[in-house]
Amino acid sequence: MATKKFMFINRKAPYGTVYALESLEVVLIGAAFEQDVSLAFIGDGVYQIAKGQSTDGIGMKNFSPTYKALGDYEITKLYVEKESLEARGLTLDDLMPLVWEDEDDDYAEKPSIRLVSSAELAEVFDDQDVVLSF
Amino acid sequence: MSTLHTVNKSPFERDSLSSCIRLAAKGHSILLIEDGALGAMAGTDHSDMVAGVMKDVSVYVLGPDLAARGMSEDRIIDGIQVVDYSGFVELTAKHDTCQSWL
Repeated sequence: MATKKFMFINRKAPYGTVYALESLEVVLIGAAFEQDVSLAFIGDGVYQIAKGQSTDGIGMKNFSPTYKALGDYEITKLYVEKESLEARGLTLDDLMPLVWEDEDDDYAEKPSIRLVSSAELAEVFDDQDVVLSF
Repeated sequence: MSTLHTVNKSPFERDSLSSCIRLAAKGHSILLIEDGALGAMAGTDHSDMVAGVMKDVSVYVLGPDLAARGMSEDRIIDGIQVVDYSGFVELTAKHDTCQSWL
């Protein structure tokens, strides 16, 4: 089966709606089929990978640790739109430190998050075979 | 008559919070819950709008919803009060009516 470039666009905050969790489920399915999977976090989607999520008080499962496992599924390209972070008063320091291990480089841990401008992200989107928006 | 307004949508995604702020009367209260809790954060594109209404309206945010989203109580807009679920109940009881901006 030919490999296609899949882009998952995440646009919603976690927990208030089910979009973030559903996206993550489909992302993992895409990875299982050995596709070239990228994720983008734009708008309220940037809140999905915010550091320090604690859901004990709302009685819902905290699925944010799952993002840390994406590297093990060879999902190493997580694009975060700079403009979306800035509009929310957030910086990279407010996001989870997501990394992947490069087996061609002695399993060195490398950052998965790529902070990009809207213009740069537009080019990344333009290069995809399949774009799914959540 | 005092009204408690609840807003459960992110101000970045819907206009529920801006409509609520525009139409809440002096002496009313606004409680930010679920994704609406994100509207309590300082330093965002909507912070000035929220801070602006606080001279007439008391603004509250549900703490557990902030925590779930990884948002620190230290970084909410000055003057917004954090409440827990019993605080939510107390607010509901204290006001004559409750209006949910869905």
